[in-house]
Amino acid sequence: MKFKGRAWILGDHISTDHIAPGRYFHLRSNLPELARHVLEDARGDFASGMNPGDLIVAGENFGLGSSREHAPAIIKLAGVSAVLARSFARIFFRNAVNIGLPVVIVDTSFIGEGDEIEVDLAEGIVRDFSSGQEAHFPPLSPPLLRILEDGGLVEHVKRHGEIIL
Amino acid sequence: MSGKTIAEKILSEKSTQDARAGDMVVARVDLAFAQDGTGPLTIRQIRNLGLSPVAQPAATVFFLDHAAPSPRKELSNDHLLMREFSGTTGAVISEVGEGICHQLVAEERAVPGMLIVGADSHTCTAGALGAFATGMGSTDVAMAMALGKTWFRVPESIRVLIRGQLGKGVYAKDLILHLIGEIGSDGADYKALEFMGDLESLDMESRLTIANMAVEAGAKAGIFPADRITRAFLEDEGRGDRFREVGPDREAEYEQTLEYDLSSIEPTVSQPHRVDHTALVKNLSGVKVDQVLIGTCTNGRLSDLEAAAEILRGRSVAPGVRLLVCPASRKVYLRAMAEGLLQVFMEAGGLVLPPGCGPCVGVHQGILGDGEVCLSTQNRNFEGRMGNPKGCIYLSSPATAAATALRGHITDPREVLP
Repeated sequence: MKFKGRAWILGDHISTDHIAPGRYFHLRSNLPELARHVLEDARGDFASGMNPGDLIVAGENFGLGSSREHAPAIIKLAGVSAVLARSFARIFFRNAVNIGLPVVIVDTSFIGEGDEIEVDLAEGIVRDFSSGQEAHFPPLSPPLLRILEDGGLVEHVKRHGEIIL
Repeated sequence: MSGKTIAEKILSEKSTQDARAGDMVVARVDLAFAQDGTGPLTIRQIRNLGLSPVAQPAATVFFLDHAAPSPRKELSNDHLLMREFSGTTGAVISEVGEGICHQLVAEERAVPGMLIVGADSHTCTAGALGAFATGMGSTDVAMAMALGKTWFRVPESIRVLIRGQLGKGVYAKDLILHLIGEIGSDGADYKALEFMGDLESLDMESRLTIANMAVEAGAKAGIFPADRITRAFLEDEGRGDRFREVGPDREAEYEQTLEYDLSSIEPTVSQPHRVDHTALVKNLSGVKVDQVLIGTCTNGRLSDLEAAAEILRGRSVAPGVRLLVCPASRKVYLRAMAEGLLQVFMEAGGLVLPPGCGPCVGVHQGILGDGEVCLSTQNRNFEGRMGNPKGCIYLSSPATAAATALRGHITDPREVLP
């Protein structure tokens, strides 16, 4: 899996409350509407300014807090192709894989706002075309990569009849 | 081979294989639940799967607690979906007013050695009873409901070694805030916290508060061994026959050990907007508050309300301060009523809310105005948590909260305890 797009830079400790604020709790059964507010409390310009295929590039502990899967779901629904961060909170990371949103643990410090970047999941490489720099990351563990490639956990179980590690 | 941690022992038993930290296993789940914020998506994912709906109906529970009673038609319709799904599959529904999922799991369902998954990050609360309990997303829990099992990465464990006793006016909440302040909100990411040492002075309600907040250090689980206190709690709740001892092997391997002398802990708060941004209460006195919330899955139990009532009895909340009290369950509410605690809060000028998650998640019942400050006994203070990103939230024990409501600014409970 390979993705190319523009980088949106976020800081450390972006919580699921930043991504899918509690004041829109009533929109959780209406994900397209909820997605209009994605990341509203971290970057108010994100939902209206992003283009399909763009990537989120964050610092440490991305997605901490609540287990709301609506957070990765609306990031994916908004058209984000992958989320890159120095580290992720556990539940967010797992949720992202389960719904088929690629997440990459990599040193993101060399990527600048608006840079054109490409991620190759299989090769484990991030290329920044704007700065000419690149970074390598260890690929996802095979079971997680399989779930991601199957399109998420539901599709994975449909295909295999159970969870295959 | 070396011995096993509690996490490794429970995941070995449930996966019927020799599970060690770092392994990936598929394990049988004893209880899977979701609440009204995550349950509708869980149900839609089960339906997307197209398999037989739930593997173990009696071990599948949907709690209506986050929007209870519902403030909006969209959420009322989510409740309808959950009731209808439970009706057709035989899954259990916990109705509006019964209380918060984690409190009800502790009161009615969790026992030592269980493997519990919940579509709520504070599912780790049940670790207080010697269960391996962890929060997941809706899809994970949907699969656990449909298949009766799901996948786990066996976590490394951090040993938290407890010595001594808490001083007067200092509570389990102060300890766990202090711990998170020390190791950081990702200090235990992907790992389990296992509590050991002199645990006799930490009663079950204290343990529930501590385990509840394990996830605020990033932990997958926060687990206490099942001991005499666990047995007594289960006997009180009518399921003493399901007690079993749970503890680590003598030679278990821990990634690191954190040691705490309880007698050195002081009243502690988390400052906006990070749980690990902690400070001593005495260094923040003078910070004015507009609202105080006592309740939630962290601190909405009987001993929490007793600690607050001890300070507020016969006194009045400071002018201009809204005091909200939200018991964690119907049982807690009824006991607090029988003890006269609700009367204490109402006479002091407070407001008692129905059992549930109330204002903590920013859905209803106490949303902050722009620039307002709240001190709450909840577990999170992220921007926007209480419904407004322009509000500020401090976290504390119920005693600190009561003292703060009394004075109108952050106050060390030791200054006002009778």
